[in-house]
Amino acid sequence: MIEISELSKRYGSFQALDKISMTIGAGTVFGFVGPNGAGKSTTMSILATLLLPDSGTAKVSGYDVTRHPKEVRRRIGYMPDFFGVYDRFKTDEYLHFYGASYGIARTEREKLIPQLLELVNLSDKKEAYVDGLSRGMKQRLCLARSLVHDPEVLILDEPASGLDPRARIEMREILKELKRMGKTIIISSHILPELAEMVDEIGVIEHGRMVAQGKVSDIQSRMRVNRVLHIRTLGRQEELAVRLRDEEHVSRVLDDANGIQVHFSGEDAQQMHLLRRIMDWEYEVVSFNEAQTNLEDVFLEITKGGAAT
Amino acid sequence: MSTPKRPGGLGSLWINPVLDKEFRLRMRTPRSFIALLAYVFVLGGLAIGFIYVTMGFQNSQAGMRFDPTTSRLLFYVLSIAQLVLIAFMTPALTAGVISGEREKQTLNILLTTQQSSSAIVLSKLASSLAFMVLIVLATLPIYSVVFLYGGISPSQLILVFLFYLFTMLLLGAIGILCSTLFKRTIMAVIMAYGMTLFIFVVTGVAYLLLFAVVQQTYYSGTVPPKYSWVGFILGLNPAGALISIFEPGISKQAFLVNSGNLQDDAPIALWLEFLLVYAVVTAGALWIAIRRIRPVRRRKAEDEETVQGEEESAVAEMKSVPGKSDRS
Repeated sequence: MIEISELSKRYGSFQALDKISMTIGAGTVFGFVGPNGAGKSTTMSILATLLLPDSGTAKVSGYDVTRHPKEVRRRIGYMPDFFGVYDRFKTDEYLHFYGASYGIARTEREKLIPQLLELVNLSDKKEAYVDGLSRGMKQRLCLARSLVHDPEVLILDEPASGLDPRARIEMREILKELKRMGKTIIISSHILPELAEMVDEIGVIEHGRMVAQGKVSDIQSRMRVNRVLHIRTLGRQEELAVRLRDEEHVSRVLDDANGIQVHFSGEDAQQMHLLRRIMDWEYEVVSFNEAQTNLEDVFLEITKGGAAT
Repeated sequence: MSTPKRPGGLGSLWINPVLDKEFRLRMRTPRSFIALLAYVFVLGGLAIGFIYVTMGFQNSQAGMRFDPTTSRLLFYVLSIAQLVLIAFMTPALTAGVISGEREKQTLNILLTTQQSSSAIVLSKLASSLAFMVLIVLATLPIYSVVFLYGGISPSQLILVFLFYLFTMLLLGAIGILCSTLFKRTIMAVIMAYGMTLFIFVVTGVAYLLLFAVVQQTYYSGTVPPKYSWVGFILGLNPAGALISIFEPGISKQAFLVNSGNLQDDAPIALWLEFLLVYAVVTAGALWIAIRRIRPVRRRKAEDEETVQGEEESAVAEMKSVPGKSDRS
């Protein structure tokens, strides 16, 4: 559905994108993460036919964004990170305008727009001027606008930025609904826990380079070079902590009231061996478990400099 | 997944969504009505002032009289004043239409729709010009004073209004060009007014200076030439061109055509030169604006030459690999 190959873009002396490549299949929700200035918005602008790459190719549904921009535009719904609205339009007029801009007949729009307003929970604001809508409502209206021509691909650049927690939850629910509808979505966000709930794959970009890409679970397992183990025993906890510090693959041991936290760099076999050693030392182990690596941990691990792919 | 229908047909060209949007939004702000009122007020005040001064002057001389000659003079005054007002209004209306969308961060979204660059640029120009036409038409009742006293034919009035339309188109195209080239509206407005000033003032002053220089040496030769090139400078000035519509003889004077020889004529009427030269400028300005509004278009043309070959090889490849076309 989306194929990016060796894409590069430079703004003066700043290399915004440095030969990034990625492929996103149909129906996939792809989370695009990276620090500010990493190149997420530039990639999305190129996909939206708003920017020209210096080199490389980007294709949407087989159409090259530089050679067939009109075909690409027909197939994408784009929501930029910063956007304006025509304040003097009413909500439904706003959607009618964009619907007409995509060549949708008025009769068709009359049926479509109430459905879109319902999807984004703005049915009761149909007659309201856009000027009077809250930030969250405007974000949802812009999302409805990007759906007005039923695009195959949605390119959403920070759709939840600047929203309060309630508006963020509402936005997340709408995105989940769009995922259920089978849309291919490429979404960038700084709110990583929210992304983790809905994305199938992620791409981590840093300094214009794709440093990791794949299924969230795959990347998480690849990133477990420093897994964190939580061990709780009945008594002799301090003694165990001291003994563990001398063990192979153990880089750090923290001992507190909740148990022992062990930073462990070994693989599954070494982990199993460690558990067996503790049992052999005759400690009464209540729990021995590995902390789940979340998307935020993965992001921090990857963007500290190492490439995970 | 369904693919939306292509926009097309005569209807979508005529009732363009961008044009429709511009009309609606322009008329939903009180600024438009205030501008209209101010414009008519200024021109009406000028007409009343002219009549008052003329009548007052005549009253002191030989009784009150407003004859067709005075009426004709009023028409000239109103027409030149209207031209100046158009020069003030049109850049203000057009120089912000693209840069304003860029500043409001609505342009990017508009550019990702199926509206072509030409549809966006021309719709915005048409909407601005439509408002200017409304303003100029609103001044027609003021011109009725002229018809009351005579001195001007309806065809002259129509010609003058067509001239206004063309001038608005020219200044509008320049405004839109500046609006596309400059990211900030304030810069676009300054540049649009700069170009307007050049067309209205610099060409006029240049003509007066060059006319004085040329006139000194013009008749010094044994056989004076049929005409002087200096008239071409005045043909670039809107006021000169407008006056040549009222008084066709001014073209001969501008080109220093020998008045003794009745067969000699100006090489071109000033208004016609104005029309031809600025039609090219207008088309050029709009062409550049359409090309520059969307960055992708700039490379598209360059790539077009190589694409054809690549597409042909891709089609050949698809044909050679069964089932590949289904996947793409």
